[in-house]
Amino acid sequence: MLSIAKDKIDSLFELIGSKQPLYLPVDNNSGKADFAKWQKGTKLSEKLKTTRSAKDFFFPKTEHLVSYEMSGKEVKVVDPRKNVEDFVIFGMRACDARGFTAIDNVYLNMNPVDSYYKNRREHGTVIVLACNEPAKTCFCSTFGIDASLAKPAGDVSCWLADGKYYFEANTDKGKAFVENAKSALEDADTSAVEACKKDIAEKVEKLPFAHLDLSKFQGKDMLKIFNSKIWDKVSEPCVGCGTCTYVCPTCMCFDVRDFATSNGVRQIRCWDSCMYNDFTQMAAENPRHTQKERSRQRFMHKLMYYPMAHDGMFSCVGCGRCVENCPVNMNIVKVIKAVNESDDI
Amino acid sequence: MQDKLIARAKELLSEGKVQKVVGWKKGLFDDDITPAVFTTAEELDKDFVFNKYCKANLSKYLVGITRNIEIAKSTARMNNTMAKQRDPNAQDKPIPSEVVLVFLKPSDTYSFTQLLKESRITRDDVYAVGVPCQDTVDGGDVCGNCAGKKPVSCDEYIGVDPEAVVAPNTARMEEVAKIEAMSVNERYEFWRNEFSRCIRCNACRNVCPACTCEKCVFDNNALYTTQKVAETSFEESLFHIIRAWHVAGRCTDCGECSRVCPQNIPLYLLNRKYIKDINEIYGDYQAGADMESKPAMLRFQEDDPETTIVYDRSKDGGNE
Repeated sequence: MLSIAKDKIDSLFELIGSKQPLYLPVDNNSGKADFAKWQKGTKLSEKLKTTRSAKDFFFPKTEHLVSYEMSGKEVKVVDPRKNVEDFVIFGMRACDARGFTAIDNVYLNMNPVDSYYKNRREHGTVIVLACNEPAKTCFCSTFGIDASLAKPAGDVSCWLADGKYYFEANTDKGKAFVENAKSALEDADTSAVEACKKDIAEKVEKLPFAHLDLSKFQGKDMLKIFNSKIWDKVSEPCVGCGTCTYVCPTCMCFDVRDFATSNGVRQIRCWDSCMYNDFTQMAAENPRHTQKERSRQRFMHKLMYYPMAHDGMFSCVGCGRCVENCPVNMNIVKVIKAVNESDDI
Repeated sequence: MQDKLIARAKELLSEGKVQKVVGWKKGLFDDDITPAVFTTAEELDKDFVFNKYCKANLSKYLVGITRNIEIAKSTARMNNTMAKQRDPNAQDKPIPSEVVLVFLKPSDTYSFTQLLKESRITRDDVYAVGVPCQDTVDGGDVCGNCAGKKPVSCDEYIGVDPEAVVAPNTARMEEVAKIEAMSVNERYEFWRNEFSRCIRCNACRNVCPACTCEKCVFDNNALYTTQKVAETSFEESLFHIIRAWHVAGRCTDCGECSRVCPQNIPLYLLNRKYIKDINEIYGDYQAGADMESKPAMLRFQEDDPETTIVYDRSKDGGNE
């Protein structure tokens, strides 16, 4: 296995970042961390999680889809996509990487393929960093993610153990990255990594929501859960903002908007949230009248509809961002517990 | 304090004075408390908490709750009228009446009063109990240097004295003054940096007790300004500035916008800037401090100062 000393990691960033765009978690002035492009002097954040998930790289918040330009009686259709250059994302967590699998299932593995998403996805190399200090709000193990392996859907796995970063390539893109980085890396034995994995596994096991019971979320009980009385209580404090959806690594709904320009139309797509009151607004009617229907939709989608359509895979990865950021502290863990404790399911 | 509140809530429930209690509900940890409605003594015993993590301002929930109570009343009245038209001897069905108990911290009572003034809450449907702040230490500047510790408009007070004389907080505008002291470019960079983190989740707007429009201008699909699109990075700034303008003179400085922001953008500083300006130009004014006074933005006096850019320039012979 290849490694680099912790205090030399900046030289690796320089080696990679000078050749292609490199993104990594960086502390911002608000006391939190977000992904930022590497520049000389950029320091890797020590925080466990970024506020926004890593989905932004492949599914940005706003994306220019197409332009229609008019000149006289001619209409020109302009595809704004330029070939995205290869880029590297360093230091996301296993949960974020699993989030890509959830989005891939819909945007890559179903027809029609989302060519905008695909284009970015193909050009990005994902380096997953193991979580040495999982937080009390983490519950990835509930969804079968092993934070110690730093593996799901990542091109390279990385561990910080004993003062060194260790790298292991999982895919061709990952091998190419390691090849590029080789001059900065040195060979090392894997004993420290094995100890690190064991340590993380033990810590994860002790987390309060390490093993939430999901046995009640069976397709056959869908209507029972849908009609349960728990949704009144779940939605009661909800203020109807989009925080949970926008920090979520698996929320992938979008809206398409046209903007008039001086000589035509610019069409963009932007994130949308099922928590918003106009999410299902149609010309004549909005079938989700109250916040109850909207909240229910979000949690039913994560825990029922998505797994029913995708071989039982839940579209929650247990990253805990909604647990940390909801203004009223209502979150998917509380919903799972409410379903388990309810007597009408 | 928590036991006192539970005991009083139970008392009021059993006396029939209130039918519902709006309070704070225990979470999974100590610090993830959720606003909730309680209807029985058992529920209160099981889940009601009151501690330093009970930061949520509950006043805005009263808008929806009292509206539902009033809708039920008017529906019943209408049914009675219609029944009488069909049969003049029909007996009137009883009009359902409900009163909801709410616990409000001093700062929250200003939001409550402001909502009453704007007729967004029906006063008769609410039994308000003033309670003290439990801890403002980790609230930082927004909460630590709050608008006031003197509660108003409640039916009763537990642990706080509405008559107490509280010295004005002189540190409240210090952060605003710091930003005012910046050069134009520095200030522009400061806010561009802060707003660059915005994800437009609308948490600040949706939690704000001063934002109670039935249809927000940013939710209007016919406009180019709908809630989820930030077509340009400048639009994010516009959203926050327009929002701050819209609540100017009505914002009570409860700080909820900053508390809920997932990106820790110090939005309260925008509002405090407007409060500071209003205080300096039109005289000290605290939104929601009483039921009578009119905010500067809603009254006109002939001797009002005309502090517009145009006016300032004209004094100077039109030169900048």
